[in-house]
Amino acid sequence: MEVPRANQTHAGPVYKPRSGGRRISGPIRAVQDSGHVCHTSHRYFLLETETNGGGSGAGGLGCEILKNLAMSKFKDIHVIDMDTIDISNLNRQFLFRKSDVGKFKAEVAAKFVEQRVKGVKITAHNKRIQDFDDEFYKQFQLVICGLDSIEARRWINAMLVSIAEESEDPDGVKPLIDGGTEGFKGQARVIFPSFTSCIECQLDMHAPRAAVPLCTIASIPRQPEHCVEWAHVIAWEQEKPFPKLDKDDPEHVTWIYQKALKRAEEFNIPGITYSLTQGTIKNIIPAIASTNAIIAAACCNEAFKIATTTATCLGFENNYMMYSGNDSIYTYTFKHEKKEDCPVCGREARPLDVDPNMTLQDLLDSFAVRPEAQLKKPSIRAEGKTLYMQVPQSLEEQTRPNLNKSLKDLGLENGQEVVVTDPAFPLEFNFFFRFKAESS
Amino acid sequence: MLNIWSMKKKQKEAENAEGQAAGGKRKKVTAAQLRVQKDLSELSLGATMKTDFPDPDNILNFILSIEPDEGMYRGGKFTFDFAINQNFPHEPPKVLCREKIYHPNIDLEGKVCLNILREDWKPVLNLNAVIVGLQFLFLEPNASDPLNKEAADDLRSNREGFKRNVRTAMSGGSVKGAPYDRVLK
Repeated sequence: MEVPRANQTHAGPVYKPRSGGRRISGPIRAVQDSGHVCHTSHRYFLLETETNGGGSGAGGLGCEILKNLAMSKFKDIHVIDMDTIDISNLNRQFLFRKSDVGKFKAEVAAKFVEQRVKGVKITAHNKRIQDFDDEFYKQFQLVICGLDSIEARRWINAMLVSIAEESEDPDGVKPLIDGGTEGFKGQARVIFPSFTSCIECQLDMHAPRAAVPLCTIASIPRQPEHCVEWAHVIAWEQEKPFPKLDKDDPEHVTWIYQKALKRAEEFNIPGITYSLTQGTIKNIIPAIASTNAIIAAACCNEAFKIATTTATCLGFENNYMMYSGNDSIYTYTFKHEKKEDCPVCGREARPLDVDPNMTLQDLLDSFAVRPEAQLKKPSIRAEGKTLYMQVPQSLEEQTRPNLNKSLKDLGLENGQEVVVTDPAFPLEFNFFFRFKAESS
Repeated sequence: MLNIWSMKKKQKEAENAEGQAAGGKRKKVTAAQLRVQKDLSELSLGATMKTDFPDPDNILNFILSIEPDEGMYRGGKFTFDFAINQNFPHEPPKVLCREKIYHPNIDLEGKVCLNILREDWKPVLNLNAVIVGLQFLFLEPNASDPLNKEAADDLRSNREGFKRNVRTAMSGGSVKGAPYDRVLK
């Protein structure tokens, strides 16, 4: 079986679907003669590790992804990472050298790959993904994430879904490719924001962090990790040796390490080391270089296929590939369904024609008679603004004065999105205001 | 570039027909806020509990007060800081007791040992479950999950003595040299 190769020139690769695979309909668009896969005007975009837990493997994914994209001839790549290079990154984050320790990952990685691969332009942003707004993200065609936290994934997902929902043209839908690894396990998935199942829909795919009961940590530690957690959670709070815990500051980690060591001696628990301490407080699951390589490769091939349409990509049918290497090798690719009640991509906000001069009370009363709603006890909020809550009592009292104010006086704007909840309905209602032209 | 648009264009057109003409930027309510709103509107607090929102626009941070009307902690008023982050409900709310109290499952810094606040938290649980759990701690303090070890030892070895200690601590006295906050109404 031949598969498309990024660097193949002149001859178009022949793609035969694997047995049982879906046939690709229509002519296959071959890689063009220049070897350039995409127009230089296309901007691709790579997100990398983010705020918490630097060494937890995402930087490793990022290096792989950046290398793969550049070598697949993606031309205009932006990379965001606010982390700096730590000595412990060097074993797998191969774009970094010892002399780079302390420098920004994004900057060093961008420079290295630009020098190594001809014709690629890589723009580094030494920032958090949350430091940028929708205008920034709108300039890209595709987003690839090698993020290290669920919070960051949820953030970029919500951003891209909202860009897609508001957009009136095809450029608004930015495919989101997300990779992640944990030890020998990993996943690669493709999301077409607002069209297919999003990260919020798939939140149940992430197991919550295993936590030890606080009382075990406080009084009956059995494992070295319990002692580290005690020093981290309890002793630190009591003694506050430094104003704010910085898990990357060796002095802080050493303090916790020594506290944990003492406690472990008390309970005759062996096994406390500095690296165990660091690993426990930063919740590090050892990153394995080859797992990163496998997942990054899968992600980048999906990016390549989306950009070139040379073969069927993950997306509308199957959209999630899980890889498990901790018991032989097992992979499974499936379709994660879009969730009807997804708080991010489910049930797009519906327009609500309102007169800006109507009072909030009038608006709430109108929900009682709207056929699709018929709400008896509606509570209503906008982003960062509590308009009226029926319960709890204190909040009801605090927001009651709003009932007699007009929508305009409440600072609500044309296009404002509001969420209405009612205890009688398991789902919430999303609306956005469409102000009636003021008749004068 | 894959043309996602053409594949779904018709569907989108149908939606657009009713969704047009909204001027300005739509500001979406975050998933965490949305879920908290839902949880709050389903809250049933009863007579022994109250909430207080220092900033009503910020529903992710509030204070819950519990005034048990039965059990060993009857007559006291206990308040808890609830801090919910944007990763809710993937992560549980952070709950801290504001008073220094004598309780086997609450330490002197206010940390609470309640399984659903930590190891047994699941996104399907809601704020009501947490609040019921907290209330339960005052009705049935639990000696087998000690966070205040002395209090737990007292409860296990001498229930009557423990009850007396609770009353002493609640009125602002000291138990075994440790001073406690007065929490009587």
